[in-house]
Amino acid sequence: MPREGDTVPNGQDDKPELDTTSAGPRNFLGSLVQWLDKRTGVHAIMKESLDEPIPGGARLAYVFGSGLLFLFISQIITGICLALYYVPSAETAHTSVAYITKEVAAGAFLRSLHYYGSSAMIVVLALHFLQTFLYGSFKGRRELLWISGAVLSLLVLGMGFTGYLLPWDQKAYFATAVGTNIVGEIPLIGNWLTRLLRGGDTIGTLTLSRFYVAHVFLIPAAILLFIGAHIVLFRKAGPAGPIEEDPITPKLAPEGFYPRQVLMDMAFALLIMMGLGILAYFHPMSLGPIADPSNTQFLPRPEWYYLSMFEWLKYWEGSWVVVAVVVVPGILAVLFFLLPFLDRSLERRPWRRPIPVLSVAIVLAGVLYLGIKSHMDDQRDPSVAAQLAAQEQEEKAYSAKPFEPYVESPGGTVPSGVASVSANPLVAQGRGVFEAHGCAGCHGVGGVGTPIAAALVGIAAKLPGDQLVSLLRHPNAQMVAGHMPSVDASSADMSALVAYITVLGTPAANAPASHAVVSPDAFPGHGTAETRSNGTIGSAKDIAVAESSKATEAGKEVFEQNGCVACHGAAGIGGRAPAIEPLIAGRTDSQLSITLRAPNAKMKAGGMQPVLVSEAQLTSLEAYLRTLKGSTTAKLTPASSTDSTATAKSDMTATSAPAKGSSPQSSQQPSSMTGPMAGQTVKTNAGQEVYVSQGCAACHGVSGVGTHFAPALIGVSNKFPGDALATLLHHPDAKMRSGGMPPVTTNPAEMQQLLLYLASLGTTPAAVTTAQTKAGTGSTATPATVPSGAGQVAVSRPAKAVPLSSDAMRGQQIFNRNSCQTCHGEGGMNGTVAAPGLAGTASLLPASTLENLLRHHSTQMQKGNMPSTNMNAKDMAALIAFIRSIPATP
Amino acid sequence: MDGHSSTQVVDVRQNLVLSRRSFLGALLCIGSAGMGAILAVPVLRYILYPLYSKVAGTEWSDVGDESEFVAGKEPVRKTITFTQRDGWREVVSAQSVYVSRGSNGELVVLSAICPHLGCSVSWQAGQEKFICPCHGGEFKADGLHILGPPPRAMDRLPTQVRDGKLRVHFEYFRSNVPNQEKIS
Repeated sequence: MPREGDTVPNGQDDKPELDTTSAGPRNFLGSLVQWLDKRTGVHAIMKESLDEPIPGGARLAYVFGSGLLFLFISQIITGICLALYYVPSAETAHTSVAYITKEVAAGAFLRSLHYYGSSAMIVVLALHFLQTFLYGSFKGRRELLWISGAVLSLLVLGMGFTGYLLPWDQKAYFATAVGTNIVGEIPLIGNWLTRLLRGGDTIGTLTLSRFYVAHVFLIPAAILLFIGAHIVLFRKAGPAGPIEEDPITPKLAPEGFYPRQVLMDMAFALLIMMGLGILAYFHPMSLGPIADPSNTQFLPRPEWYYLSMFEWLKYWEGSWVVVAVVVVPGILAVLFFLLPFLDRSLERRPWRRPIPVLSVAIVLAGVLYLGIKSHMDDQRDPSVAAQLAAQEQEEKAYSAKPFEPYVESPGGTVPSGVASVSANPLVAQGRGVFEAHGCAGCHGVGGVGTPIAAALVGIAAKLPGDQLVSLLRHPNAQMVAGHMPSVDASSADMSALVAYITVLGTPAANAPASHAVVSPDAFPGHGTAETRSNGTIGSAKDIAVAESSKATEAGKEVFEQNGCVACHGAAGIGGRAPAIEPLIAGRTDSQLSITLRAPNAKMKAGGMQPVLVSEAQLTSLEAYLRTLKGSTTAKLTPASSTDSTATAKSDMTATSAPAKGSSPQSSQQPSSMTGPMAGQTVKTNAGQEVYVSQGCAACHGVSGVGTHFAPALIGVSNKFPGDALATLLHHPDAKMRSGGMPPVTTNPAEMQQLLLYLASLGTTPAAVTTAQTKAGTGSTATPATVPSGAGQVAVSRPAKAVPLSSDAMRGQQIFNRNSCQTCHGEGGMNGTVAAPGLAGTASLLPASTLENLLRHHSTQMQKGNMPSTNMNAKDMAALIAFIRSIPATP
Repeated sequence: MDGHSSTQVVDVRQNLVLSRRSFLGALLCIGSAGMGAILAVPVLRYILYPLYSKVAGTEWSDVGDESEFVAGKEPVRKTITFTQRDGWREVVSAQSVYVSRGSNGELVVLSAICPHLGCSVSWQAGQEKFICPCHGGEFKADGLHILGPPPRAMDRLPTQVRDGKLRVHFEYFRSNVPNQEKIS
């Protein structure tokens, strides 16, 4: 019995023997609780928290606050699970998320729970805001409570923003790029803020680390802090109760929080969990392909709760963007935070508070309208809708693919696929210098070397910095004999160049080149046509003789002195860059001027510089260019020269034209395959498909004859017998990697087929030959194999206009409409610097393989920045019909 | 007597209140336990995934040409490489092995990982035995245990000869147990 001065709280008897009404186990539990209570005061805590008096009793309307708390706890739990496997680095983030989604038990489910949970938080947050606002529950000494809630809302939005980047897929990357750019609009500190968020100028691994720390440590800590404040302030002021209740001194009869309100809260939480669970189970979240910053087609879209802001920004441009980003949201935020001070009267009924209610209604309506409009606009614009649909399909396709582990190559840590994003600016500048001076013309792209000049990979290890610089400025005798000009660059450019040369052969060299404007004087003469002829990919005999005249003579000088020769070859015959004549054939002079002054994206990707010469010089240059009769020999794939498995390929009959007798070597012999190979023709067929579909042909040439990108593969099986070749394919050595060879990731069955095919590639290595024909049909300029063993046939076919079927004609339209020819060359035949020609390579693939390749780009295609080619079945069929109609021609 | 009856009344009332509370409490507990159980299953499977998932074993690695070892009298240390799956990545691991001769003169490949506690064993040519630097375990040229704390001989690895090349399948074994038990 409670007595005055009794030290036992609740008046509970602490002698269990006197409690005659309770049964055994309850008695034990009771005494345990009492033991705890004496040491912790748990009874008082429970009483305090559970017996919170709610004036007017428990209501369903009050469930949203605790719903938010419950969701937050759920996000913490699922977030911790995700963090068990997630790695926040640009290299590995995407792979680790793919691992979670595709391999780990219940990974996709938990990740989806986390993702849908974040959307659910925003929804419940909106409901909580609406309920407390309409009920006027912020009145009567609850200003700080409201403000802490406002802070929490912003923090929750921040969680959504930072979390979105972490998977590092396309949409994550681009949405973050846009988001961080928006921050830059804030006056005075905007740019600095953007760079703070990004950890630099560009979005890269440092951005990811910062967003990860914000998402996992900083913002959740702040949220927990403010939740604590929110609850404390709430309990101090007491629940406001229903609308009719007095906000300061409650008059209605209170009901304890426990049990009814607790039950309602739990029911709501259960409902949320069930909803999330069902959604996560039946509609798990997909993961798109890894972020590719160079993709110019991608249309970024933020999460749905940011769509209104996204739409809002479309209406503001230039200096008005500040209004959109800072002024209006700032005013709204201030109004939001200071609501209790503005709507100060103790009147709680919404119909008696027209101004606040109407203002909020208008703002909400505006936000909803903008969001819906954004979505509708996207649907209505056909190209946008198509691109978004393609992106979604790409995501689904990637999600359906099996998991590919991150293959670590020692000495470089680039996963198969896209080069890493973060770039060393000095290296980028050096690459710009390298390209501006046309070094690649002789030393090869990335300094891998060509028949003309040695590879530069690793040269920095042999020659320390100043020795290298001195050699560049004053080439030694051997270099001079090879026609190396002295590199005339400023010391800043020179150090950048050395920085770039030092990292050649490593992934750091993939830094996109940054080009400073270089004056024409900086271009040393790169030699005359005669010096170029020695070993250029373009036979000496084929150099067209340009007609000289005064104007064209001057133009020739411009051509030679601006480094054009280094890529476009002597007299524009072609080399690293396409031959001039076919390039400019269709263009008017004004078009040509525009393009020369401002190269398009594809040209820039190949290293083409704006031609910075005077107008007079430009005119004379154009006159000279028009005189050039380059042969269409600047090929990057020897698409024409060989069709080795002539016997095995039944598909070829659809596209091959019978050889005309214009050249002595055009003969179509059945390949004389010897015994062991004959039995394997079916397999080499499949192996050849793997060879082409993996993009091997683009560098190693059709039938492995080699190009100046990569050596011939004929005889490679003998050089690397047994499993050595498979190992090498799976893990290319340093020399291969420096040439850009990606690891070959195929399943074991396809690898076997590929190996068999490689073994069938004849037994003698390719010999470099000069042009095979003298006839006017042009000639093959690439190192072609002279058949000496099994299976190699040199066929040259004339460029014959094959009449296209109606389907193929539609395909041709699609081909041109999507600008495929800017990379793959006119009619997809010969290719350009940016991509190989399709004649003789892709054109020989069976339709299903081609479709698969177009829908799921190979590693090589991805590396070459091939844009998305997902289209509906009808268009796809037409395009494929066109591609397969491309005749293999010299 | 009076106090006693009033206690009873209070007790009875308290009993009633307790019952209602405990019933609702029980309902709550069952409800949340149920929800927790539903969620706990995937969470547990997720957290424990690496413990029970079957990761594909390593493949066979080349040691060298068979001819290399024909004349050998002493164990030869060779470095082999193989790819391993480590979570979400594939790594090329390098390990040392010793190519030696067994008691019958057959080629054996020994793991350089000491069966005691995992240090690297080295061949001491001068003393013609393997010595582990950590705790002084000693083994003969064919891997058999001479003296010291290691509980068994040096672990022999499965070998095969294909196309004249000696190949080995690298495996990891449990340390400090008397029998050679493969882990992975």
